[in-house]
Amino acid sequence: MKIGIPREIHDGEKRVALTPDSAAHLTKLGFTLSIESGAGVAADISDESYQAAGVEIVKTAKTLWKNADIILKVRAPEGNEVDLLTSGKTLISFIWAGQNPELLEKLAAKNITVLGMDSVPRMSRAQKLDALSSMANIAGYRAIVEAAQHFGRFFTGQITAAGKIPPAKVLIIGAGVAGLAAIGAAKSMGAIVRAFDTRPEVKEQIESMDAEFLMLDFKDEEGGSGTGGYAKTMSAEFIAAEMALFAQQAKEVDIIITTALIPGRPAPKLITTEMVESMRAGSVIVDLAAEQGGNCELTEKDKVVVKHGVTIIGYTNLPSRLANQSSQLYATNLRHLLTELTPAKDGVIHVNFEDEVLRGATVIKEGKITYPPPPPTLSAAPAAKVAEETRVTKKPSLIPPKIKEFLPLLVGVFALFSVGSVAPTSFMSHFTVFVLACFIGYQVIWNVKPSLHTPLMSVTNAISGIIVIGALVQVSSPSIGISLLAGLAILIATINISGGFLVTRRMLEMFRK
Amino acid sequence: MSHSLVTMSYIVATILFILSLSGLSNQETARKGNYYGMLGMAIAIGATALSASVSSYVILMIALLIGGFIGTKLALKVEMTQMPELVAIMHSLVGMAAVLVGYANFMDEGSLSGVEKTIHEVEIYIGILIGAVTFAGSVIAFGKLSERISGKPLLLPNRHFLNLGLLISAILLGSWFLSSAEMGGGTLPLLLMTIVALAFGVHMVMAIGGADMPVVVSMLNSYSGWAAAATGFMLSNDLLIVTGALVGSSGAILSYIMCRAMNRHFLSVIAGGFGTASGGEAAEIVGEVQPIGAEETAQLLLTAKSIMIIPGYGMAVAQAQHTVYEMTKLLRGKGKKVGFAIHPVAGRMPGHMNVLLAEAKVPYDIVYEMDEINDDWSNVDVSIVIGANDIVNPSALTDPNSPIAGMPVIECWKGETTIVMKRSMASGYAGVGNPLFVQENTRMLFGDANAMLQAVLKALNA
Repeated sequence: MKIGIPREIHDGEKRVALTPDSAAHLTKLGFTLSIESGAGVAADISDESYQAAGVEIVKTAKTLWKNADIILKVRAPEGNEVDLLTSGKTLISFIWAGQNPELLEKLAAKNITVLGMDSVPRMSRAQKLDALSSMANIAGYRAIVEAAQHFGRFFTGQITAAGKIPPAKVLIIGAGVAGLAAIGAAKSMGAIVRAFDTRPEVKEQIESMDAEFLMLDFKDEEGGSGTGGYAKTMSAEFIAAEMALFAQQAKEVDIIITTALIPGRPAPKLITTEMVESMRAGSVIVDLAAEQGGNCELTEKDKVVVKHGVTIIGYTNLPSRLANQSSQLYATNLRHLLTELTPAKDGVIHVNFEDEVLRGATVIKEGKITYPPPPPTLSAAPAAKVAEETRVTKKPSLIPPKIKEFLPLLVGVFALFSVGSVAPTSFMSHFTVFVLACFIGYQVIWNVKPSLHTPLMSVTNAISGIIVIGALVQVSSPSIGISLLAGLAILIATINISGGFLVTRRMLEMFRK
Repeated sequence: MSHSLVTMSYIVATILFILSLSGLSNQETARKGNYYGMLGMAIAIGATALSASVSSYVILMIALLIGGFIGTKLALKVEMTQMPELVAIMHSLVGMAAVLVGYANFMDEGSLSGVEKTIHEVEIYIGILIGAVTFAGSVIAFGKLSERISGKPLLLPNRHFLNLGLLISAILLGSWFLSSAEMGGGTLPLLLMTIVALAFGVHMVMAIGGADMPVVVSMLNSYSGWAAAATGFMLSNDLLIVTGALVGSSGAILSYIMCRAMNRHFLSVIAGGFGTASGGEAAEIVGEVQPIGAEETAQLLLTAKSIMIIPGYGMAVAQAQHTVYEMTKLLRGKGKKVGFAIHPVAGRMPGHMNVLLAEAKVPYDIVYEMDEINDDWSNVDVSIVIGANDIVNPSALTDPNSPIAGMPVIECWKGETTIVMKRSMASGYAGVGNPLFVQENTRMLFGDANAMLQAVLKALNA
């Protein structure tokens, strides 16, 4: 099949969906490739280098769209691009199916197959084709670079002959991939980095990047983790506590990077106008959520504005501002997706709906809208199945399990009755005591902590020295032989008693918190 | 003291014993539990000594004083690493006392007749039998634990038939004893039975491998309880019965817990011969081990954030627990997360490792159980295995033919790097090869555990 890569027509989009490197891999999968002339120029990739990798250069977009069976793109098709798609073709690009239902309808009407790079499910196996993560990584890095450009001071603290320079303080809100990348970039430039996230489990990740995790003083044990590792909407009290924290932090920090997004909803407004006013002049806010309306009230999409002395950056094309790098990563993600799509390596794609990753990524199949996909099953599920199977293959026992369960009980009852039928009453009263004591022992010991097994054994050992009682009652016998035997027994048992208790005491003294 | 008062004291003592055992099931209450036990014992002995049946105090006092003195001495002197031996030898004392009491009781001509007399004689017989088995078994266990006897299981040919033969002869001797006791005799069959029981005890423990020692020790603990209970029946003394039954059942449950931790059947442990029952050949271990030095180990530890230490019997042998804790303190001071992962059957006695770590003052809230840690390995950067082998053997999970197949193990190989401290490449007590050593993320630090840890500690300080 023939793959075509058109030049991105979106204003300011510099990325391209193919690199010479990924082209070489795709050729190995059996595809023939063509690219629109000049598609890679904005990302510093020349037509010549594509040609060297065996890619055909096509002069016009029209020819390219017409001849290709599969179209690889970065941005979702817009304008006349939709009209260029004809029946039977396959489109792979960012689609944002949730936010663009009209586009989805239009594409479906063309009777084509569409895979959305943004719809790839978040699971371990799909990581190598997770374009959202690779783009977020770049955006986080670039956010710090943009902030540094608009920030009038050093990031790192220095003591120079000309005076002391305090390090810049950076607050990162939302520690997803972009947030963590921003932490890493800011940290490596020498800033003091703090980060906040509603999901408590990312605390460790933040701390692993050497940043400080801002704890929210909030009683309710509500976690902010939704399905698929994304954040969810929080309760009103939580948001109030969160806002108080941001208000206080705004007065202290120099740079705020916000990356808070909830899938399929407008971005939460976290930085209010008052907070911006309270920030020092010259501070910078980079709003990575500008596309979805922004986390800051004063953000203007795609623009850099200065309000109340604070520079607010609302670029939505941060990955595109690092075009070569993001093209490389995106092209690699696409290549991995195409590898999954062509298991036979024969250059023919096969959209296998049994495959959870491909099912999730496919938003339209042969003209039918298949978005949203069924919720992803947990990755633990297959493992449980295996365990079940092995359990089934166990050899069947000779005795049916139901009877087996009661067998010890039956034997016990039978034994008790056979004893009862011959024993005299005096014995039976002792026996009652004995059986009851066994049960008490069973109940008392069952919950003992493993760390206390040794002290427990040593104390029961000491207690079993109670046998001394047996010797005590015999020691006063008129027979010298009996007295001596009993005396010896007392001696031995006493060693046991005193030794056992004292050694237990010694051990327990050592157990300290 | 009147009979009723004595009985009352016995009830109080019984309750105190129960409180003692339940107190011991939790760290917070354990110390109190021990004191309850002491108090109960004091009341029991005091009440008995003052009761009507005791009139001559000379032998009693002498025996109590000497015994108490020896016991105290032992308890204060013993090294914590020798705890298993001490517990084992203590068990043998209970068994011995039960035998002596049984003989004394037999020599004491009672006033019983008819069925009651027969039952009484059966009780004597069983009491001595259990006592003798406990005694002999514990002595052998002591020998194995203190390495006076080889830890390898001694597998006599037809050992199951041998056991059966001993059992049958014990029963035959029993009927002989009963019939001759009618005539006032019976000393000979009783003596013969004692010898048979001793032989049985020796043979039983000899056949059990060193790795199963935790089970054996707690099983003998249980036997010593049953011996006391049997003596109680013999003397119609409820306190003895209750206390014996408490100890007996608690020991039995402890053994059961141990067996479950090793995923083995209780009977197969008792029958002995670890690793002889498996069908196919265990897979050969192939691959290269990657040795590491003390300095490199220190480097690894310094770059790690989360460290997990897995102690085994080797740590006890090398007395390395104090050095381990020195290292732990140092690393914790550097902001590392350090924890200890304890396998339920690590060491030679249930809870052995916990006692050693407690002795070195390791706080018990950084000591984790196997189940607590096994899901968490992805967060561990470096794990250090100190003198453990079978409890970190991946073949227990992967190789169905391995003798330890199915035993839950600490899955340290799922962490980033594992450092295994070992004397040499010899296999563990179970005699099983360990593929962990040749895993790609495993480094071997050869040498005496304590000496190597000292070297690591020095490198960490440098």
